[in-house]
Amino acid sequence: MSDPVTALNGVSSDSGIATITGVPLQGMITLRGDLSAAAVKNAATGVAAVDMPGQGEANCVENRGICWMSPDELLVLCPYETVAANIEKMQQTLGIQHALVANVSDARASFRLGGPRAREVLAKLCPVDLSPGAFTPGMFRRTRMAQVPAAFWMRNADTFQIICFRSQARYVFDLLKISAQPGSEVHLYHA
Amino acid sequence: MLTLTCPVCGVTAEETEFHGGGEAHLKRFGPGASDDDFEDYLFMRENPRGVHFERWRHAYGCGKWFHAARCTTTLQVFGTYAAQTYEPPKEICDKITGERPGWSWRLFK
Repeated sequence: MSDPVTALNGVSSDSGIATITGVPLQGMITLRGDLSAAAVKNAATGVAAVDMPGQGEANCVENRGICWMSPDELLVLCPYETVAANIEKMQQTLGIQHALVANVSDARASFRLGGPRAREVLAKLCPVDLSPGAFTPGMFRRTRMAQVPAAFWMRNADTFQIICFRSQARYVFDLLKISAQPGSEVHLYHA
Repeated sequence: MLTLTCPVCGVTAEETEFHGGGEAHLKRFGPGASDDDFEDYLFMRENPRGVHFERWRHAYGCGKWFHAARCTTTLQVFGTYAAQTYEPPKEICDKITGERPGWSWRLFK
């Protein structure tokens, strides 16, 4: 059996104005279906052990959580080793409810961007208002990061977690590194 | 810059997060239609200076299609609405009438 590794295998950078860390293997399960159906909600909350997020929100605790991706799609986060068991459990909860459950853990890469300048590092790359009044912990946003799709939410007041496609992990990491290069502060949200 | 609000997920973003899908409210003429109708359906498009109705997709966000009513000269957006409709909702038509009295677009006015 081969050992699963992340796309960039534990890469990190703290030479710039924000720290960028590759997130270790993270279990991710896509759940698509009618989000108003009790069985779909229960399938997600049952394995993530957090409350169902509202539109455009994410509820995450450590490496468990639920992210609202679109009106018919959730991303369920759980420890990497528990994905297979959780999919089994979700399918039992769903029963005959029309829904899709797919393991996408190895199709994605995830990074953490931290530090007091994290907001402006990310704001240089995404067409999103990231001012402290507009984007707050608990919110979840799918958008464009330079030329590739990405999604992110805030783990706390100055840490973002970013999810992108695995094949684009190197591109996204390099983008973040350039955006955080020393001396590139724009003093947008801080004096 | 064109700023659109996706009516499906509620996100307001600038146009690079979306992808334009061409003219809205096309009526399909398929097998059995006359050659003239089929030609119009395939090739003839509105190209107005002013009020226009378009389809857009929230490509980098929720991935859903929706409709937008906007002005092609000022990029003012009169409103966005669900894709699952044959005509713009009344409140959007009323808003356009308030802003651009006497407007017309294909069958709508």
